[in-house]
Amino acid sequence: MARMKLVLVGNGMAGVRTLEELLKAAPQQYDITVFGDEPHPNYNRIMLSPVLAGEQTVEQIVLNSREWYAQHGITLHTGKRVVKIDRKHRFVEADDGTRAEYDRLLLATGSKPFILPVPGADLGGVVGFRDIADVDKMIDAASHYRHAVVIGGGLLGLEAANGLKLRGMQVSVVHIAPWLLERQMDEPAARLLQKSLEEKGLKFLLERQTQELVRGESGRVCAVKFKDGESVPADLVVMAVGIRPNTALAESAGLRCERGIVVNDTMQTFDPRIYAVGECVSHRGIAYGLVAPLFEQAKVCANHLAEHGVARYQGSMTSTKLKVTGIDLFSAGDFTGAPGTESLVFSDAATGTYKKLVIKDNKLVGACIYGDTIDGSWYFDLLREGTDISQFRKTILFGQHHLGDSGHGPAERVAALPDSAEICGCNGVCKGTIVAAIRDLKLFTLDEVKAHTKASASCGSCTGLVEAVLAHTVGGNYSAAPSKKPLCKCTEHSHDEVIAAIRDQELKSMEAVFQALDWNTPDGCATCRPALNYYLLARWPADYKDDAQSRFINERAHGNIQKDGSFSVVPRMWGGLTNPKELRAIADVAEKYKVPEVKVTGGQRIDLFGVKKEDLPSMWKDLSDAGFVSGHAYGKALRTVKTCVGSQWCRFGTQDSTGLGVKLEQLTWGSWMPHKFKLAVSGCPRNCAEATIKDFGVVCVDSGYELHVGGNGGIKVRVTDLLCRVNTEEEVMEYCGAFTQLYREEAHYLERTAPWVERVGLAHIKARIVDDAEGRAALHERFKFGQQFAQIDPWKERAEGTAAHEFQPIRVVAKPVTA
Amino acid sequence: MNDWIQITLLDDIPRQGCRIVELDHDDMLNRIAVFRTVTDEIHAVHDKCPHRGGPLSQGIVHGGLVTCPLHSWKIDLATGEAVLPDKGCARTYATKVEDGRVYLRLA
Repeated sequence: MARMKLVLVGNGMAGVRTLEELLKAAPQQYDITVFGDEPHPNYNRIMLSPVLAGEQTVEQIVLNSREWYAQHGITLHTGKRVVKIDRKHRFVEADDGTRAEYDRLLLATGSKPFILPVPGADLGGVVGFRDIADVDKMIDAASHYRHAVVIGGGLLGLEAANGLKLRGMQVSVVHIAPWLLERQMDEPAARLLQKSLEEKGLKFLLERQTQELVRGESGRVCAVKFKDGESVPADLVVMAVGIRPNTALAESAGLRCERGIVVNDTMQTFDPRIYAVGECVSHRGIAYGLVAPLFEQAKVCANHLAEHGVARYQGSMTSTKLKVTGIDLFSAGDFTGAPGTESLVFSDAATGTYKKLVIKDNKLVGACIYGDTIDGSWYFDLLREGTDISQFRKTILFGQHHLGDSGHGPAERVAALPDSAEICGCNGVCKGTIVAAIRDLKLFTLDEVKAHTKASASCGSCTGLVEAVLAHTVGGNYSAAPSKKPLCKCTEHSHDEVIAAIRDQELKSMEAVFQALDWNTPDGCATCRPALNYYLLARWPADYKDDAQSRFINERAHGNIQKDGSFSVVPRMWGGLTNPKELRAIADVAEKYKVPEVKVTGGQRIDLFGVKKEDLPSMWKDLSDAGFVSGHAYGKALRTVKTCVGSQWCRFGTQDSTGLGVKLEQLTWGSWMPHKFKLAVSGCPRNCAEATIKDFGVVCVDSGYELHVGGNGGIKVRVTDLLCRVNTEEEVMEYCGAFTQLYREEAHYLERTAPWVERVGLAHIKARIVDDAEGRAALHERFKFGQQFAQIDPWKERAEGTAAHEFQPIRVVAKPVTA
Repeated sequence: MNDWIQITLLDDIPRQGCRIVELDHDDMLNRIAVFRTVTDEIHAVHDKCPHRGGPLSQGIVHGGLVTCPLHSWKIDLATGEAVLPDKGCARTYATKVEDGRVYLRLA
């Protein structure tokens, strides 16, 4: 079959990113031709500011070299402006007469700087700030002239002004509004910004309206004149008053344009053969000018060009950051403080720190930060996710309490960290390594940084720090993750969408999920298969057959794999209780199998380390004969129920905490969960069982039982939220079953209860568990139903021969024989 | 060298799974992981991840790849090469299946 022809008009970041995504999804589908009116291959336009400032070179910001185009068989026409689209005969024509036919056309013509329509706007020495040619003109002017005027006090204008100042010019910034960056900042923050830019030597002329650019004797601009009659000398004028989507070509071809080229959620224009992405498009009435939304659009567009036809672009939420070295500002959402909102403000002029958070209905709706922006990405996450912040409203202004587990306090800004500072404690990745990888390999996203450096690829607790390093290295625009996060690279669908599809479409096998949701791999990957296996098992306990090959080795072999490939074995001890007979049995097993190390665990049981995989089944048989079952210490499952001695022995004990713990463990053991799950029961508020850092904790009081949820004692310590207080053990059991089931049904795979509770909000959990008695009973019933199938001891099964191949190696005693 | 060793039956290796072959060969105990993919291809790879020596045999098999259980490197079963951006290579061995029997060649 002949390949279809794809023509891309506009050799910039959005268009070429679409090609990259397309080549990943369908490398052989198209013969591709690219037209760009600049003489360069695709470069990183965002990095023009550092180039102007002399911090980077043009070579450093090239994203796709000419070799890249050649390698992928792409015909590249640089320096040619497409002037005509013939939609009837399906070809485009460039200004030099070059023609290319298309089956599909992709428009990525970007935007143009808006040039004020004032007299003199066409004089020499008047430039926009858009491409390499503009930067070259500015650098050239800086070496010959003295006075520069930047018209426009927005992000681009300030970056231009900063660059020209660093190039040695005297720079004035003219701005029509009463303060700088009026769309990104409120007045107090903008004043702080203005002060520090003035300290760098910039001058500001606010609330001035440009009337005319005055022509000098040489024919070049010599001054800028304002409406109030004043004027300032200018050898160079940079117009940075905004951008306009570049729609001239599309309009000439009769495509519908409003502010930009109008596209639907699949990035298709009104002509179904023509797609458009980037700054030139208008999607749901919005034209985006930042890179993160453009990349989201590119991904969706590529999906449709590849004829997968499943992705939709539904708009983006954006945040901004200024790329001026030494100046940190961040803003997102609506921070003006509209009626019905409340504002939290922290302001310290002495240290140049300002934070304003705008809250509506217990959710963050806007943020404007100047000075200490390390928490910017955290606030942005809260904003995007619509997280209920009522639990930490008092401290939210001071930032995310623990950014990572490697001892970095929130006050330490990433920028100030030395290159040798360890960012990812799991994989031992230092800041310098991450920065080098971002620069050298031209990485854009957290996922890419993760793939190349392994930073934040293990426990994930340093994700915030890695994002901060990314933002700091390449500018904040990159840090914004897509608004919808796919489960893994095999699919466009998020965890929530997959969970809903399994439930609503009654998908009961992995193949059914792959088919119904258009998985792009034949049998998934190591990320999605365990997740799907769990979701299917949790939703259809009676119908779905557990797939051992989709489980991580620990759950497949029912032991924890250790770094030398041996396993550890932890038998269940109900509520932490044991007796001489059990201890003797464990001692016998430890001796018989020459267990090198025996350790008491934090969860009140005994861990046997260093067991050879092939010994596991017979060891389990011995333990099983002595009455033990698996402790599931290796699984995303119910782990331990920690108890204190309670009223039976303790002089402070109010209830039988040990007995209740045993009952809870008998109810919940064997249950598979999105992540590990721990319980505890304390006999009095002294809380010796540490119930307030468990997933579900019970604190006995004289009058009944306090139930606590969403605690965590691990990577990020989180104290539980109080769910409610109940009167009887029966109620404790029902609430426990219902809470566990709600978590099992709604949380994402590998999401502990702590982040889950923070994501969905305690109010939601209270509504489902406390306020809705009928719903609670139903959840508890579903939990008990599932438990019928789950409470089968995996050790006993395997001791009796299940999955023997898993444990028995094939031994070949060598001399090869000819077959 | 054309010495094929019969190691097991195809049916004894689970689909998307693996068996370990322990070879007592030239005084070296050699562990080879023999994988069966979802499309019933058989691949034999030295059971040691080129990254930190993790047991590849214990990983999850997806498509023609296995993900190492220790640090999630992906190894191409046919070539033994780590999937970019990781770099490294595990040794591979020739295999063949005849009449439902799986053979391995060491050279």
